[in-house]
Amino acid sequence: MARYAREVAVVAFAQSDHLRRTDELSEVEMVMPVLHQVLAATGLKAGEIGFTCSGSSDYLAGRAFSFTMTLDGVGAWPPISESHVEMDGAWALYEAWVKIQTGEADTALVYSYGKSSPGSVRDVLTRQLDPYYVAPLWPDAVALAALQAQALIDAGEADEAALAAVGARSRDAAVANPHAQLRGPVPQGDYQVRPLRTGDCPPIGDGAAAVVLAAGDLARRLCERPAWITGIDHRIEAHSLGLRDLTDSPSTRLAAEHAGVFEAPVDTAELHAPFSSQEVVLRKALGLTDEVSVNPSGGALAANPMMAAGLIRIGEAAARIHRGASRRAVAHATSGPCLQQNLVAVLEGDAR
Amino acid sequence: MTAASPPEILRAPLVVEFPFTRSLGPVQSAFLTGLREGTVLGVKTSDGKVMVPPVEYDPVTAEEIRELVEVGATGTVTTWAWNDRPRSQQPLDTPFAWVLVRLDGADTDLLHALDAPGPDAVRTGMRVRVRWAAERTGAITDIACFEPYDGPAGGEAVPHDGDFADAVTGIVAEARLDYVYSPGRAQTAYIAALSERRTVGERCPSCHKVYVPPRGACPTCGVATTDRVEVGPAGTVTTYCIVNIKAKNLDIEVPYVYAHIALDGAGLALHGRIGGIPYDQVRMGLRVEPVWTEGGRHPDHYRPTGEPDADYDAYKELI
Repeated sequence: MARYAREVAVVAFAQSDHLRRTDELSEVEMVMPVLHQVLAATGLKAGEIGFTCSGSSDYLAGRAFSFTMTLDGVGAWPPISESHVEMDGAWALYEAWVKIQTGEADTALVYSYGKSSPGSVRDVLTRQLDPYYVAPLWPDAVALAALQAQALIDAGEADEAALAAVGARSRDAAVANPHAQLRGPVPQGDYQVRPLRTGDCPPIGDGAAAVVLAAGDLARRLCERPAWITGIDHRIEAHSLGLRDLTDSPSTRLAAEHAGVFEAPVDTAELHAPFSSQEVVLRKALGLTDEVSVNPSGGALAANPMMAAGLIRIGEAAARIHRGASRRAVAHATSGPCLQQNLVAVLEGDAR
Repeated sequence: MTAASPPEILRAPLVVEFPFTRSLGPVQSAFLTGLREGTVLGVKTSDGKVMVPPVEYDPVTAEEIRELVEVGATGTVTTWAWNDRPRSQQPLDTPFAWVLVRLDGADTDLLHALDAPGPDAVRTGMRVRVRWAAERTGAITDIACFEPYDGPAGGEAVPHDGDFADAVTGIVAEARLDYVYSPGRAQTAYIAALSERRTVGERCPSCHKVYVPPRGACPTCGVATTDRVEVGPAGTVTTYCIVNIKAKNLDIEVPYVYAHIALDGAGLALHGRIGGIPYDQVRMGLRVEPVWTEGGRHPDHYRPTGEPDADYDAYKELI
């Protein structure tokens, strides 16, 4: 606990059902139920929240400043202290955690959402690539992940059967997750971009998630068993894929070191690995053994709402601590192609 | 008030196009101009590594790096992925492999497409060469793709001054993304009502304010608005401005008046143009009603009703 100035915990988590399409819902209509759930879980009212931070992407919505569309859902009038990251909500959580560390807030509401259904997310994601050398070629998200998967296969660290097993295990686990988009056996399917088959790729869908953070004794009052964030860090790698060893994730490893992951064993890992091959890379970077329960929620291979799936990993890990199913968990979020940016958090429950 | 029976959810195509004009620094300019001239350039870091495509700053030390070198147009595939169904804007319209290629003389990899007959013809370690585009402009697409190559390897990287006549200093990064936009339940109801020349809002169940257009939530209470309420058709000008500059593609004579109009029964004002009255006679409190044009999907403008002006106290909360 001495790592940081203040104790901060995840005290509530909620997520929507993740669905292929949600035409009947505007962004705020999709987000509001999860906001209400986390507020209800803590007994806090919208106006009592010290800081609000969200994560989303204009490129998914196809419109500028799209995050403002959801502000109506957080009771933004009279004025509140609010911020936004054009990233996965895990990074919004990081900003909120910093805000609490500075003492400027004691509670924070963090939410994120993504509607991929209006556009073609494979093409949309090409717009985050180097605009000079890469984006003009339009390599889609699956293609880039497939290059990483082939590099792993060439290195002898995986084969297609091992990758398929990752997908199968994820969707088996998701049977117990009522919010997941794909649950139970899913055919491995045809190659999307070889060597990745349909079963190696995440479902495309719409969804939202929300978390409440609180500091110190307030967290203890709001939650019976708070999920303390005892370490959190995020790192990025060189933008150019050709400079990186795609079979490894040094940024994840470095973030994990700074977050204290390796100082004691973890029992749970919620990894944001949208592609089966990425779980192989992350397990290695985090040094996870077979004793660790990896993605008991089903992970991103069962539901990957863009900009929310990383925050959901933190939420799922926290929820496991809330209900006493985990003592010390690692949560990971990623953004960008081939695990470009990585955030790692350690969540711990009080011993009991 | 009517129960909020959901009309069929509206959907419509939404195309976002943007031609970003981007400047090139000295290194990127030399690289892309080189491609136009059929020369592949890299940049050398302080520890002697050759980066292709070149970067302007050392990814390890963050030092500025400007030492250009020429590398081969031949290289070795370091990883690949077979793309059976090319997407519309990708380099080839027949099945191809995505490849990372380490060009002869380089220490890093370039991402591009490889034209090959099928996945069985591709492997990590295979030798490839650049196939140049027929017309080259100074862009990464000047490399049309790579193709299999079984000739001799190129040599070491050799120094290059990066000087070309008529250097490329910028690129235009064209992008087009296609969406199918759906406004969701609340706004669908609003738009559907407009097609019947009615204006509907939604009432907050907590503070009872009526929002128009409704977005499905009350920003004060942070709860869903549910009860649909018809407002107007008449309303009151709460504030206005006189527009003197003609907007591009807008067929309205200036000056004209743009106003905030609180429709009767609405908890906040929406905006619209005021017509049927000289612009310098528009005033706060003026009572107005919508004017629809044939086939219009929203009021074209609002005109005076002829009623006496509304009392300031009646609308001051809505300004």
